[in-house]
Amino acid sequence: MTAISTPAAPGTFRYQLASFWSDFSASRGALVGLLFIVFILLVALFAPWVAPHDPAMQDRSALLVPPVWHAEGSWSYLLGTDAVGRDILSRLIYGARYSLSISAMVVVLSMGVGIFLGLLAGYFRGWVETVITRVMDVVLAFPSLLLALGLVAILSPGLTSAMIAIAMVQLPYFVRLTRAAVIGEKDREYVIASRLSGAGHLRLMFNTLLPNCMAPLIVQATLSFSTAILDIAALGFLGMGVQPPTPEWGAMLANAREFMGSAYWAVTFPGLIILLTVLMINLMGDGLRDALDPKMKRS
Amino acid sequence: MSRDAVLSAVNLTRHYQIKGGPFSKPATVKALNEASFELYPGQTLAVVGESGCGKSTLARVLTMIEPPTSGQLTISGHHVSLKEGQRPPAALRREVQIIFQNPYGSLNPRKTVATMLEEPLKLNRKEMSAAERREAALEMIAKVGLRPEHADRYPHMFSGGQRQRIAIARALMLNPKILVLDEPVSALDLSIQAQVLNLLADLQDEFGLAYVFISHDLSVVRRIADDVIVMYFGQPVETGPAEEVFTTPRHPYTQALFSATPVADPNRRRERVHLKGEPPSPLAPPPGCPFAPRCHLATEECTQVDPPLEYVNDRVEVACIHVDQAAAKYAVAG
Amino acid sequence: MALLDIEGLSVRFKTSSGLFAAVEDVDINVDRGEVWSIVGESGSGKSVSMLAVMGLLPWTAQVTADRMTFDGQDLQQMNSRQRRRIIGGEMSMIFQEPMSSLNPCFTVGTQIDEMIKQHLGGSRKERHERALDLLAQVGIPDPAQRIKAYPHQLSGGMSQRVMIAMAISCNPRLLIADEPTTALDVTIQAQILELLLKLQEDTGMALILITHDMGVVAETAKHVVVQYAGRQVEKQDVKSLFAHPRHPYTEALLSALPERAGDQDRLPTIPGVVPGEHDRPSGCLFNPRCQYATELCREVEPVAAPDDPASTLCHYPLDHPAAGTPPSAAPSQDPPPSDPPSPNPPRPEVRP
Repeated sequence: MTAISTPAAPGTFRYQLASFWSDFSASRGALVGLLFIVFILLVALFAPWVAPHDPAMQDRSALLVPPVWHAEGSWSYLLGTDAVGRDILSRLIYGARYSLSISAMVVVLSMGVGIFLGLLAGYFRGWVETVITRVMDVVLAFPSLLLALGLVAILSPGLTSAMIAIAMVQLPYFVRLTRAAVIGEKDREYVIASRLSGAGHLRLMFNTLLPNCMAPLIVQATLSFSTAILDIAALGFLGMGVQPPTPEWGAMLANAREFMGSAYWAVTFPGLIILLTVLMINLMGDGLRDALDPKMKRS
Repeated sequence: MSRDAVLSAVNLTRHYQIKGGPFSKPATVKALNEASFELYPGQTLAVVGESGCGKSTLARVLTMIEPPTSGQLTISGHHVSLKEGQRPPAALRREVQIIFQNPYGSLNPRKTVATMLEEPLKLNRKEMSAAERREAALEMIAKVGLRPEHADRYPHMFSGGQRQRIAIARALMLNPKILVLDEPVSALDLSIQAQVLNLLADLQDEFGLAYVFISHDLSVVRRIADDVIVMYFGQPVETGPAEEVFTTPRHPYTQALFSATPVADPNRRRERVHLKGEPPSPLAPPPGCPFAPRCHLATEECTQVDPPLEYVNDRVEVACIHVDQAAAKYAVAG
Repeated sequence: MALLDIEGLSVRFKTSSGLFAAVEDVDINVDRGEVWSIVGESGSGKSVSMLAVMGLLPWTAQVTADRMTFDGQDLQQMNSRQRRRIIGGEMSMIFQEPMSSLNPCFTVGTQIDEMIKQHLGGSRKERHERALDLLAQVGIPDPAQRIKAYPHQLSGGMSQRVMIAMAISCNPRLLIADEPTTALDVTIQAQILELLLKLQEDTGMALILITHDMGVVAETAKHVVVQYAGRQVEKQDVKSLFAHPRHPYTEALLSALPERAGDQDRLPTIPGVVPGEHDRPSGCLFNPRCQYATELCREVEPVAAPDDPASTLCHYPLDHPAAGTPPSAAPSQDPPPSDPPSPNPPRPEVRP
C-alpha cells in the first residue's frame, strides 16, 4: 500500500486543504472551470494592460467594423467595433471587471444577509422562523427578474439599486439552505456540549453551528454568482442596471440588439462571454460540491 | 440531604407535551417519573435500563439542559430552579458536565482539539490569557493519554476511543464535581472500552469526581458502580448498592434484564426469565404497573396500582407488589 | 460436504492511496446445520467477507478467492442470473440496522411479497398466505394487521423480525446475520437470538452470526472464527476457544471482558489501536499490541501451521509446545494510545 505523499500531518488544516484539492481536481470539468475563472479574473485585473483600446474611445471612422477574419476586418479591432466605433474586445475585457465585481458584491451581500436570517430562523424556530420563511416564500413566488425590476424602479435606476434588487432576489436560497443545515446540526451533541460550556446564542450560531453548515452554502454561492451575472446582464439589457457608457456585458447586448442581423459580432460576443463565464462557474461549483459533500458526511 | 452529597435529586419528573395535530390529540409523554437519589464525591451511580426507560431524559435534567416538570434538583448545596429554555447560572454550569455515547457526534468537526478544550475556559474563565488557556488544554490532553501534537488536529482523524478521551478532556476543563456519562463506552470496541474505563477510574480517583454512569451494558456497570438504579418506562424500579442488586435482583424486570444479558461463558446455559413482547409506547402507558403487560408474575392487582418504590431492606428499594415472590423464584432458578 | 466452502478469500478496495486489503486470506467452511460465529472488532473485515460472498460490495471492491463454492456450485464462475437465484434464495442475509434495512416507502407485506415473488412464485393469494405464515413464525403478534404496517411504525425488534421473515421466506440453507442485535436493547436481543436459534433448529439451516459481542458468541455459536485487521487469526469450536484461546489476540480480547476481570482494580487492556489503512505494521499485524511479540513477529508475517486444527495465525500459538517467550505478567498498565491515530476508513464506507 502506498503511503499518502502529502507532507502535512494528517488532521491539520494543511492536510484538509490538500485532500480537498485532490478531491476537487479529480473532476476535469471543475478544473477547467477553475482555470477559466482564474484566467478571466487575471484579464479583468490587468485590463488596462491587456486591452488594446480604451473602452470608451469612439472611433467614428470605424463604425461596426467586422471581426478580423472578415474581409473588411482589421487587426486593430480583433472582434470588431460596435455602433459608435468602440472596440468590442476591449469592452469585453473591461466589462469583465464590472460583471465579476458586481456579481461578487451581490453574492456577498446576499450571502451575508441570507445566512444571518437563516441562522436566526433555524436556531430560534418558533415565530422567528415563521416570519422569515414566509417572507422568503413571498420573495420566491415572484419571478425574479420582475421583482428586481420593480425594486429598481422604486429605488431609482442605477447600479446600486440593481445590486440590491438582485441580492434580494437571491436571498431565499441562502436562507433556506442555512436554515435546513442549522436545523440538522442544532441538536447534535457537540452543540449541546458547547451550550453546557456556557456558549450564548450568538456564539452558538456563528462560532459553533455556522462552520458546519458552510459546504452547501459555498456551492450555492458559486451558483448564485452565475445567476447574478445573468441577472445583472438582464437588467443592463433592459436599461435598468448599469448605465452607458459602462462596458457591462449585458448593456453591450442591449445596445447592439438591433444589429443582430446586420452586425452579429456586436451581439454575439457579449452573449458568448456571458454564456462561457456562467458555464465555467457552474462547472466549478459542481466540482466544489463533490469535493465538499463527502467531507461533510464523513464526520 | 446529607451534608457532603454533591448532588441530590428528589422526585425528579419530566413530562413532555406533544401538541395535537389535525389527526391526533395533544398528549403528555411521561419521560421521567419520580427519580430520587444522592451522589457523593468519588462515587459512581449507575443508571441501567433500555431504550425508553428515561435515562437520557434523566441525563438532560441532571445537566440542566432541561428543567424538571416537578421535583427538586440540588447541586453542591444550591437548589436548581430554572424555567424552560433558561440557561443555568455559570456557577452551577461548571459543576456538572456530560459525556455522550456517540464519539462521532460529540465533537465539533470544524474545530481543532485545542480550540474545543479552550472554549469552556474562554467562556467561563475570562481572566485567563490565551497562553494560559493553551497550557491548560495541553495539560488536559496529556492527562487523558493523548499527545501534544494531537492538539491541532481535527476530530475526524481520531478513532472512537480517542474521541471519547477528547470528550472527557473537554468535560473536565472546568473542574466539575459531577460527570454524567451517557453510555460512554457502548459505541467502542471491547479493547478500547477497557482503556477508557480505566481512564475514567483514574480520573475519578484523582479528582474525586462523582459519576452518573448510564448504561445498558451490565458487565461494565457491575464493575464500576457503587450504587445502581434500574429504570423501566421512566420510573426507577429497583435501587440499591451495586453488589446487592447484582447478586440478588428482586424486581422481575431487573431479573429479566440480567438474565437476558449474554454471558461470555459457553458452559453456562442459564434458564432465562423469558421476557415477551415489547416495551409499551410512551403515548399509551399501560394502567397500573408499566411492567405488568410483560411480567410473568403479573396479577389483576398489578394493572390497577402503580407500585411505589419501597425498601425491602435498609438499602434496596423495589417497586413491585410481588417482590417476595420474585425474589424466591429467582433464587430457585439461580 | 461443506455447504459453504471458501478458501483464500481476499477483498481489496480501490482507494485514492492505492489498493487496501480489507480482508486477506480468509477460509470459511460451514456444513449443513452448523452455527458459526465470526467475531472481531472494527476493522476486522468480518462483515466485508460475508458481503463479498453475497456479492453485495461496491464496484471498487476486488474479490478474489482460491475457492468459493456453495453446495458444490462455484460462486465465482456463475453468471449473475444464477447467482441471483442463490443469493436471497438459498443463501440469505440480515443486517445490523433493521430500521434502515427496510424500504420506508412500502409496507411490510409488499416487501415480503417481493421476496417471495422473486424466488418462489405462486399466486397472489398463496404469497399472501405464506407471508402471514412467516410473520407468525418469527413471532410477530397479529400478523394480519402488521402486514399492512410501514417500517417506521414498527419498533427495532419488530423490524428485525420482519427482516428475518424476509430472509427465511425462501427456505434458505444458509442464513448470514450481520450484527443483527447490536442496535437493539438487550431484552429484545435475547428474543431475536432465541428466534434465530429456534429457526435454525426447526429448518436445519446453517447460521453464520457476525458479532463483536463475546457474550453473544458464547451463548449462540458452536464454532467461532476470530478476525483481526482483515485476517483470520483463529478458528475453533466455542468451548475450547473460551477455555484455551490459541491466538494472543483472542486471549487478550477475552481478558479485556469486564466480566472476566475478577477483582482487579483496573481492567486489562490491549494497548494501541487496530491498524487502519495507513499504519499497517510489518510482519504480524497484531505485533505492536501483542505482549509476546518477538523480532520474528515484527519481520515475518505468520502463516497458520497446516496441522493446526485451529488455523492459528501466529508464530507462537498459545499452548503450543514450542511457544516462544513465556507469557509475561498481564499488563494492567494503560500506556498511551499509539500514534498515528486511526485515520479515515477506506472509501467507500463499508462496515468492517
